[in-house]
Amino acid sequence: MNVVRRMAQWNELIRPDRIHGSLYTDRSIFEAELQNIWYRTWVYVGHESEVPKANDYVVKSIGPQSVIMTRDEQGKINLLLNRCSHRGNQVCSYERGNARSFTCPFHSWTFANDGRLVGYAFPDGYEGQDRAELALGRVTRVESYRGFVFGSFAADGPTLKEHLGGAAETIDRLVRTSPEGEVEITAGFLKHRVKANWKFILENECDGYHPAFVHTSIFGVADSMIGKLYGGASTALTRDYGNGHTEIDLRPEFRKRDLPMSWFGTSEERLPDYAARMKAAYGDTAARQIMIDGTPHVMIFPNLFIAEIQMFVIQPLGVDDSVQHVTALQFKGAPDLNRRLRQQTMGSVGPAGFLLADDSEMYERCHRGVLARNPEWVFLGRGEKRERRDELGFKVGHVTDEVPSRGIWAHYRKLMEAA
Amino acid sequence: MLSRESSVTLMSAVTAFLNREARLQDEHQYEAWERLWTDDGVYWVPANGANIDPEREMSIIYDNRSRIALRVRQLMTGKHFTQTPQSNLRRLVSNIELMDEQPGGDIAVASNSLIFESSLRDDTLWAARNEYRLRHVDGELRMAYKKVVLVNNDKAIYTLSFLV
Repeated sequence: MNVVRRMAQWNELIRPDRIHGSLYTDRSIFEAELQNIWYRTWVYVGHESEVPKANDYVVKSIGPQSVIMTRDEQGKINLLLNRCSHRGNQVCSYERGNARSFTCPFHSWTFANDGRLVGYAFPDGYEGQDRAELALGRVTRVESYRGFVFGSFAADGPTLKEHLGGAAETIDRLVRTSPEGEVEITAGFLKHRVKANWKFILENECDGYHPAFVHTSIFGVADSMIGKLYGGASTALTRDYGNGHTEIDLRPEFRKRDLPMSWFGTSEERLPDYAARMKAAYGDTAARQIMIDGTPHVMIFPNLFIAEIQMFVIQPLGVDDSVQHVTALQFKGAPDLNRRLRQQTMGSVGPAGFLLADDSEMYERCHRGVLARNPEWVFLGRGEKRERRDELGFKVGHVTDEVPSRGIWAHYRKLMEAA
Repeated sequence: MLSRESSVTLMSAVTAFLNREARLQDEHQYEAWERLWTDDGVYWVPANGANIDPEREMSIIYDNRSRIALRVRQLMTGKHFTQTPQSNLRRLVSNIELMDEQPGGDIAVASNSLIFESSLRDDTLWAARNEYRLRHVDGELRMAYKKVVLVNNDKAIYTLSFLV
């Protein structure tokens, strides 16, 4: 079955309560996803705080493509493709730095950090050539939301704000964890590779059904409070914001506890400096509520996962080859909180993390598992009969229900059918 | 400076220690491996280079003594699925050198290791530079510090759930 024919059949592969296993393993579907999702919709690329000064740059990605995020002399953020406009050589070979320009090592073409071609070797061979048409390629649209920089290769389409929709509020919530209202990404990334399709990762981020089982080894020995949040008696929710964005809303459980900083397994008393700064910034009542509610657990489609204390960026390299880039969230003006965030992040995630080593094992076993085609389907019907709408009209379910997966696939189908 | 004779004796004790550690790791003898640590042990596997500041930047592993114990306890549950079934492992340890003496009398040692891992996912080859601080405790060598600098720690790496 070729891609073109399959495009007419997304409705056969994606049904309300089940999806076809080939969606994870078929190479032609992966290629179609690059075109219809990764090179079209808004994709998270990097954070403004990673390029704080003029001429700073950091190399990021959109799918397999290398993207240089620069801050130019004027302070503007650019997303440039790491590909010389001459013969395609990569113009930047370092992960980060500070540079006004990038010189291609192949024939010495030089590009300003806003993408303009500013010079090439032996220019007399290019008489009459318009340099403007030989600028570095760029991500067509660049927008940021509260410091989070997204790119889209589509010339038109929804704005970033429209794409984020209801999920924008989760980022508003996140930045309020900082007494200065800003997230900073300054702790460097762990890069964790898995031999599995990217959508296993995407779906697992708001799968509240698995923690009690996949993470039983660490919950059992670490005296963790996390296990209960995902138990049968939990009042936490799964939520589908539409546009593929999904959330596990743990606030109902934290509000029952009614203890500031309990969401992070600590207390105001142990973070006195932070608590004082929060009260000074937001007032006692609002600060208390923020410190009770904690940070969000939200998967912004297709690749930005904010997991309470850390941030993951999902990168697909091939149909069965994916990288999770992960770092501790850091909050401006919260040094004592930030230190603990780094320590907890290092313990729990990355290639040797107490949690992620087991999640990644599941991704890889699932990928090998779905190569077997009987049954052909992955069943996503948990809680379908009991999902409901919250006060804002978003679908919600029990924390262990598969509301998020169903939401992701409904949006995926729309994107693939639109092609 | 140690005399030539005492340096040969020390080298031989250090080599025996490193070989023993390697065997305990390869054979998943988690508790015996944990007993090699001093009470103030630090187990560090940096990411993105050899000389990052682990207090400011992400490391693959940056365990104090209680987190080393937690890591071992997780492995001991038998439900740490990434090691259930366990990876089959064999490692070579070589290029062992006694380095400059440390303040407090700890013995600084460096070595290279090459580890072949066979797991459910695939076969994976790991290579590292290892730096140790060893200490005599009750007449036996113990690890107070082990730093494992994976050669490819700046790249995306697969799950590393055995004891490296």
